[in-house]
Amino acid sequence: MKEFVLIFRTSSTPAAPPTPEQAEQMMSGWMNWMGSIAAQNKMANSGSRLGIADSKVVKPGNVVTNGPFTEIKEFINGFIIVKADSVDEAVEFAKTCPMVTGGGGNVEVRPAVSPENNN
Amino acid sequence: MASEELIPHLFRTEFTKITAVLCKLFGIEHIEAAEDIASETFLSALETWSYKGVPPNPVAWLYTVAKNKAKNLMARNQTFNKKIEPQLKRSLANSEEIEIDLSEKNITDSQLQMLFAICHPSIPAEAQIGLALRILCGFGIEEIANAFLTNKETINKRLYRAKEKLHQENVQIEFPSENEISKRLETVLTTLYLLFNEGYYSESEDAVLREDFCVEAMRLCYLLIENTATNQPNVNALLSLMCFHASRFEARKDTNGEPVLYEEQDENLWNTELINKGIYFLNKASTGNEVSKYHIEASIAYWHTIKADTKEKWESILQLYNRLLMIEYSPVVALNRTFALSKSKGKQAAIIEAEKLQLINNHFYYALLGELYKGIDDAKAKCNFEKAYAIAKTQTDKQTILKNINALQ
Repeated sequence: MKEFVLIFRTSSTPAAPPTPEQAEQMMSGWMNWMGSIAAQNKMANSGSRLGIADSKVVKPGNVVTNGPFTEIKEFINGFIIVKADSVDEAVEFAKTCPMVTGGGGNVEVRPAVSPENNN
Repeated sequence: MASEELIPHLFRTEFTKITAVLCKLFGIEHIEAAEDIASETFLSALETWSYKGVPPNPVAWLYTVAKNKAKNLMARNQTFNKKIEPQLKRSLANSEEIEIDLSEKNITDSQLQMLFAICHPSIPAEAQIGLALRILCGFGIEEIANAFLTNKETINKRLYRAKEKLHQENVQIEFPSENEISKRLETVLTTLYLLFNEGYYSESEDAVLREDFCVEAMRLCYLLIENTATNQPNVNALLSLMCFHASRFEARKDTNGEPVLYEEQDENLWNTELINKGIYFLNKASTGNEVSKYHIEASIAYWHTIKADTKEKWESILQLYNRLLMIEYSPVVALNRTFALSKSKGKQAAIIEAEKLQLINNHFYYALLGELYKGIDDAKAKCNFEKAYAIAKTQTDKQTILKNINALQ
């Protein structure tokens, strides 16, 4: 069993802020998706959402700007770590992620490198 | 003449108090001596009271006799006396008399300190429960063996090894220090929870005994709450959880001793007082920042005190199970979550999720699949129930599954 990090990215052009009902639905949608992975005993780390306020980017020369926005206009929203035997299995989890199915963002799937398999 | 096992059961409350105080006094390595004195005290009581009648103040009588036996032991056995003297907190400056303090405060303090000493991470959980049942709750070896569906020899060995280990590790009978207490409390709570479950789910036929285990777990949990240092949110959450479960004691078994499923239980048999206590402690638990698994389980149990099948109920329970799984996975919780999903989002969605679980060695898994397929694909339902029947172990479980199979013929 290997570990894969699922990194959630969303675009920096926010649509209108969600209504309380929409927010609650989004929340429960995310929780159901993560709960499904956890129910299969494949959740290695339920990670964190990454906030927007209180964010900075530090560059060489001690340059500090307000983050999390970079030139790419996409920013990382959060991450979880799942257990899977292959990247394909991890990808199957990512396919049903709310970020992809309705959030207008994407999920990057990366193997967590361990001393046994670093490529 | 009643057997030695009967006496502790009859006098259980006082037995546990005397034993706790003496254990605290003598130290871990002399637990046997403490137990012996307590047992002998009750033997004396039975012998004397049988022909002289019960004395006007039975508790005082018991305490006096216990104190005398303890003093005799210490006087007779110089080596013993020398060993425990350094452990006595009280200064013995001029007095040869060793005071055995059976005040309410010392009894409570001793019991709490014994609870921490017994629930020590160096001994296996089932040994912790066994010791707690014997020393803190005063159950006889035979009763404990009965509850665990094993024999006296096994229990005796288990307890003996546990005591040896505690002695080896030089476990002290004292309150953990402030920076240790949260961690040690975790072990204690796990053991109390397992003790409660032992009573709640035990296959033993002795219903009264099983209920006593639950009552004892709740009593010990309450001891923790009454003590400021241990009155923490997760402790309140655990007691809340136990109250909610215990509130359904009357309704869980029918007059023949057969289990009654939740959906079929008579709400009027649910104990309102216990439900209210559960709510009270759940509120007390809702302070601070920590959400322990006990908080979540208590919240789920709260929802189950409302029988009505509303969307809100099952949606809330589903979300709670999601969180619980992320704190700590277990197959039972995964199955329960899937059941909640079926109630909230329908059977089809739940079937898809259930098939992913692949808990192929678990008869509850196939029973759940059977339930979910019922009405959608009865052939598959029956097939799953049959798989469940094949691997189920206990008679009770097999009976319940058989009912489902027969309903689909």
